[in-house]
Amino acid sequence: MSVRTLPLLFLNLGGEMLYILDQRLRAQNIPGDKARKVLNDIISTMFNRKFMEELFKPQELYSKKALRTVYERLAHASIMKLNQASMDKLYDLMTMAFKYQVLLCPRPKDVLLVTFNHLDTIKGFIQDSPTILQQVDETFRQLTEIYGGLSAGEFQLIRQTLLIFFQDLHIRVSMFLKDKVQNNNGHFVLPVSGPVPWGTEVPGLIRMFNNKGEEVKRIEFKHGGNYVPAPKEGSFELYGDRVLKLGTNMYSVNRPVETRMSGSSKNLASRTQESIAPNPLAKEELNFLARLMGGMEIKKPSGPEPGFRLNLFTTDEEEEQAALTRPEELSYEVINIQATQDQQRSKELAQIMGEFEIMEQPRLSTSKGDDLLAMMDEL
Amino acid sequence: GGGLEGPCEPGVRRADLGAVHWCVLPFRVLLVLTSHRGIQMYESNGNTMVYWHALDSGDASPVQAVFARGIAASGHFISVGTWSGRVLVFDIPVKGPNIVLSEELAGHQTPITDIATEPAQGQDCVADMVTADDSGLLCVWRSGPEFTLLTRIPGFGVPCPSVKLWQGIIAAGYGNGQVHLYEATTGNLHVQINAHARAICALDLAPEVGKLLSAGEDTFVHIWKLSRSPESGYIEVSPLP
Repeated sequence: MSVRTLPLLFLNLGGEMLYILDQRLRAQNIPGDKARKVLNDIISTMFNRKFMEELFKPQELYSKKALRTVYERLAHASIMKLNQASMDKLYDLMTMAFKYQVLLCPRPKDVLLVTFNHLDTIKGFIQDSPTILQQVDETFRQLTEIYGGLSAGEFQLIRQTLLIFFQDLHIRVSMFLKDKVQNNNGHFVLPVSGPVPWGTEVPGLIRMFNNKGEEVKRIEFKHGGNYVPAPKEGSFELYGDRVLKLGTNMYSVNRPVETRMSGSSKNLASRTQESIAPNPLAKEELNFLARLMGGMEIKKPSGPEPGFRLNLFTTDEEEEQAALTRPEELSYEVINIQATQDQQRSKELAQIMGEFEIMEQPRLSTSKGDDLLAMMDEL
Repeated sequence: GGGLEGPCEPGVRRADLGAVHWCVLPFRVLLVLTSHRGIQMYESNGNTMVYWHALDSGDASPVQAVFARGIAASGHFISVGTWSGRVLVFDIPVKGPNIVLSEELAGHQTPITDIATEPAQGQDCVADMVTADDSGLLCVWRSGPEFTLLTRIPGFGVPCPSVKLWQGIIAAGYGNGQVHLYEATTGNLHVQINAHARAICALDLAPEVGKLLSAGEDTFVHIWKLSRSPESGYIEVSPLP
């Protein structure tokens, strides 16, 4: 598994999250200045230098659970609040969108172009804030430095690592279903037409050579697809035509986006249950989370700016209904971290944990030990 | 490592890029598994582990993935590729767990993707193993108590995820969707097929009939008939509908 995958996963999922939030803020008619503040706050938290430093360290991907906790925190980095059901839906949409983009990347290396597409659009959201723009540009440079020199083989490994992360996720998204890029069983449709990847020839030709390397025979055959040559290569520069459309904002038209929970549980039940045997990585995950959180400078809502609640659904009733009917196997079992009085915890960690909101269904069991791992076992 | 008791971690669930391969040797069949942790060999009942080799990650930088990939049997040897480009050659006894790492082949600088073998074709054609890597480089070997590197076929910037060897013909599938056929003795390219619109996932070969199958990430599967020109002896191919 590639240990260079996390930055790509995080930045692209983060980009999708911002696209969706931007669309919902407009759909819910949130005043422009509030909407801008929310996006600015989230983006500046996301691209915080310390945060990025942690992110870019070579490491394994962490679980969907751990990652979701980071995004939940990120989504609440400003004056906006989301209920569980809306946060669940947001995460579903984010993950399915990026899964789609990874699957459809013509070349494994194109996942970098997808990332640049996300960053380009993010820069559009924060045009009036030069400091945040600088942070994003800095991340661009880091991406180029780390990924610019990777071989095709290393990108193939990154691609496989990402696809394993997304394996068995088949949540149906109405926009994908309507556009016929997703089937009713939640599987994506792989197109067999269009331009071939840059560096690939259009299939259909066989060339035969003699011992001197001279071509002696040529045969054409029917490939079955309907491919055309690639027009040009996307740009990997700070500014440039990426050519690839994957990773650009597909929500820019005001389309209500619904997710439909896949009714049959037979596909999901076997995979979403993570092993309940003690996982030596669990401790590492929590440490990683704690370090990431440490890099997030969360601004508490204060002063005259009152907070507001964003709804990912069209009505409050719909949101309530979604919370009640969400299939068991798709629950994210959000990590419930409680403040402890353990003196050995670092000050920073204690401060972070103190700021965490207790999640909707708190499982308070103070008779259990202080150990974070023990608390995880209760879930 | 060796012996019957390799480290087992039943509780840890990690998504792993691994491979499984039945190695058919003259006197026994072994099941070989590779993972990021190492190489395990089982008796053909799938139950008795006879050998465990932990991967040496000593030279790896923190950013390198450590794994084994590519498994093939030739004679009484089993060869397994690794992340560093080294190919580990294990000498397998007729029975029992006394398996020995006999050689580490150096020929590749990038992770091994696949290994192909076939029984030696007689006196003229001595190549019986081909190894492929992430850079697209192919190495052609003759097996034995000491393996000999016969030829190198350079890559061209894309990985070679899959390679097959049949009657002195090397079939290689590449990340750019092409299938190449090379003469194993000379390393010369004789056929180049623009076969797929995405990376080739796998090749498979039916040795009795000389049919090659290619599967690509473009969702297509193609079948090719391999042959030699009666006049020149050069490798030829024809697509099968």
